[in-house]
Amino acid sequence: MSAAAVTSFAGLFDRLSAAGIASEDVAAPAGAVRQAVQVVADDWGRLGQAAQAAGCRWVAGWGEERAEGMIRVNACLEQGGAYLLAQTEVNRRHPVLPSHTPYFPAADRPERHTQDLFGVAFSDHPDARRWTRHQAWASAEYPLRHDFPVAGRPPERTPADYRYKFLGAHGSGVYEIPVGPVHAGIIEPGHFRFQAVGETVLHLEERLGYVHKGIEKIAEGRDAIALARLAGRVSGDSTVAHAWAACMAMEAAAGITPPPRAIWLRALLCERERVANHLGDIGAIVNDVGFAFGFYQFGRLRETWQRSSYAAFGHRFMMDAIVPGGVARDLAPERIEPMRAEVAELRRQVGKLMAIIYDSPSLTNRLLTTGVLTAEAARALGCMGYVGRASSLDFDVRRQVPYPPYDSLPVEHVLHNTGDVNARVRVRHDEIMASLNLIEALLARLPTGAIQTAWIAPAAESAGIGSIEGWRGEILTHVRFGTDGRIARFFPRDPSWTTWPALEVLIDNNIVPDFPVCNKSVNGSYSGQDL
Amino acid sequence: MLRILGKIQRIGVITEPLPPCDEPALVAVGEQLKEKIGARFAGSLAIRAVDAGSCNGCELEIHALNNPWYGIERFGVHFVASPRHADLLLVTGPVARHMEEALRRTWEATPEPKLVIAVGNCGADGGEFGVSYASCGPVGAVIPVDAAIRGCPPTPLELMRGILAAIDQLNGSP
Repeated sequence: MSAAAVTSFAGLFDRLSAAGIASEDVAAPAGAVRQAVQVVADDWGRLGQAAQAAGCRWVAGWGEERAEGMIRVNACLEQGGAYLLAQTEVNRRHPVLPSHTPYFPAADRPERHTQDLFGVAFSDHPDARRWTRHQAWASAEYPLRHDFPVAGRPPERTPADYRYKFLGAHGSGVYEIPVGPVHAGIIEPGHFRFQAVGETVLHLEERLGYVHKGIEKIAEGRDAIALARLAGRVSGDSTVAHAWAACMAMEAAAGITPPPRAIWLRALLCERERVANHLGDIGAIVNDVGFAFGFYQFGRLRETWQRSSYAAFGHRFMMDAIVPGGVARDLAPERIEPMRAEVAELRRQVGKLMAIIYDSPSLTNRLLTTGVLTAEAARALGCMGYVGRASSLDFDVRRQVPYPPYDSLPVEHVLHNTGDVNARVRVRHDEIMASLNLIEALLARLPTGAIQTAWIAPAAESAGIGSIEGWRGEILTHVRFGTDGRIARFFPRDPSWTTWPALEVLIDNNIVPDFPVCNKSVNGSYSGQDL
Repeated sequence: MLRILGKIQRIGVITEPLPPCDEPALVAVGEQLKEKIGARFAGSLAIRAVDAGSCNGCELEIHALNNPWYGIERFGVHFVASPRHADLLLVTGPVARHMEEALRRTWEATPEPKLVIAVGNCGADGGEFGVSYASCGPVGAVIPVDAAIRGCPPTPLELMRGILAAIDQLNGSP
C-alpha cells in the first residue's frame, strides 16, 4: 500500500474502526488501485456511510461471480488521487446487501445494473426499479452469472418495455413529453420523459439501456487481443481511451510494460481523440441554438483532423491502434513535421473561431446561465471530465493520478466554475488548446524504439485495473483473467455513468427548447453506459 | 458582427471537389447520386437514420455526410426527423434486443415503397457483438434489408457509395 493511499483514506479507516467495522486488507488488482479491503456484507452500507463522511468519491461499482456460489461486489473509491477498492461477498442463494446509494447518489444506477445482471438485491436502495434490464431476459434471470448462457433464452420477439414505471406528475397545466428511444437526429437511442409546465421543465427522467448489447458477457472467454478490440467498441467516440484503459488493466495483470514509444504514441492517439470530439461538440452545441456558422466551421476542422488521423494511423477514429503490449501502428518520421504544422494551424483557427463565438451575444445569451450544474450536485453525482471541470471539480486522471507518459508532461489545469452550458464550452475550448500543447510536447520528445512488447498471458485469477483520462473524463476498467489467458471478467466504467444523472439535474427549470443544447453540452455516451 | 462576416467571406465555400479515392471521385459518386435521385425520387431522397444498438462510431460517420466537405444535401440527400417522411432507413447495428421493437415500429411507420440499408459490419452481420442474450445481431434478423454498407465504421465516402449502389438496384423497376 502506498503512502498516498494511507494518507488519502486515513479518515475512512478512522471512521471504520470507530464504528467497529473490521476491514481486512486483501490482494488488490494490479495497476491503478493501490489497496483493496474487504468487509462483511452486513457492514457494506456502513462502509459507504463512512466513505461519504470521510469525503471520498464513489468512482465505480461492479459485481463478479466467485467460487463456491459467492458473488463479490466491488466499489472503487477515490481520495486525493488514490484509488481504494472495497469488496464484499454475498451468497448467490441469498444475495442481499445494504446499498451505497443513500450516501452516494453516484452509486444509484451502477447498483441497479448489478441488481439486474447479478441478482444482488440492495436492501435499502431508494429506487430498486430495474435499470439495464428491459424485456430481453426475465426478472429472475441474471445474465452475468456463470450459469446463464451467452445466447440467453430471449423471447422470439422482444417486446417494448412499456410497463416501466416513470415518476408521474399531476396538476393543472402539467403535461408530459415522451421522447425516444428513436430520436429525431442522428444520435444514439434512449428515452427521455419530461414533465413540463408551459415551456419550463419540472422534471426529467431518463430511461437508458436500449443499446445494452451484453458487452460484459461477450467479453468472457476472449483473449487479450479480442478484448482490446471489444473495448474499442464500448463507445465508438472513445475507442482510443477505452482500448487504452482495457490494455492498461490487462498489462498490469500480466506484469507487462509496453515500450516507452508505445506509451507515448498512446497518449498522442488519446489527445487526438480528445481534440476531434471537442471540435465536433463545440460545433454541435452552438448548432443546437441555431448558430449554423459554428457548426460548419467546427465540422470542417473536425473532418480535416480526422483525415489526418487516417493518414497517420490508418483509421479516422484510430480504432484498434492500441493493442495489448503496445500499439499496432507506428508514426512514420515523415508525419511528424506535418502534424506539428497541423497543430499550429488548428490552434490559430480555433482561436479565431472561439473569439467569434464569445463575441456573438445572440449565441452566448443562450449558453450563459443555461443548464447550470452546481458544484455540490456535480460532487454528489461523482462527475468528472468536462462536466465536472465546468462545475469547479478539479479532477483529471492525468494530473491527479498521473500515468505514463503524463507523469513527465505538463498537463494544463483547466477549470471553470459557473457550471452552465457556456462553461462546458469553455472547458472544451481550453482542453483543445491544452491537448494541442501536449501533442507538440509528445512529438518533441517521442522516444525511439519498439512499439510493442510480446503479450504473455498471465496466470488465472490475475486481475488489473486501468484508469485513463478519456475525452469525457475518467475511464476505470477492471479485467480479471481466467485460465488459458482468457478473460473471466471485464467491466469498463465510462464517465457517462456519472454525467447522465447530471443531465437530469441541470435541466430542471430550464425551458424544453433548451434541452438539446443542455444534452449536447453533457454529451453522455449511451453505448458506454448501456454496455 | 464584422468578424463573423469577415470569417465567412475569407473561408468561402469549402465544399470540396473530392479527390479521387480508390474509385470514381466523390464528385462523380455525388453526381451519380444526384442523377439517380433526380430520376427516382423527384430530386430528393429522405433518409431516416436509426441507431439500433451501435457503438456510435457509424453515427459519427453518418453525421460527417452533413459536414461541409461532403455536403450530401447538394446531391439531394437529406436526413429527416420522422420515419413517416423517409424513403430510406439507414440502420446501424447490431440490433440490441432492447431496440428490436422500436426498430420494427420505425420500419412499419415508414411509407412504402421503402429501402433499408444496414450500416457497418455490426449492421451487416452482427460484427464484434454477434448474437447474444442482448443482441439480435444483423439488422436483417429483424427487418427486411435491401443492402449493406460494411466497414467499422464505413467512411463517409463508403456510405455515399453504398447509398448509390442501393438506389442503383432499383433501376429495374420504374
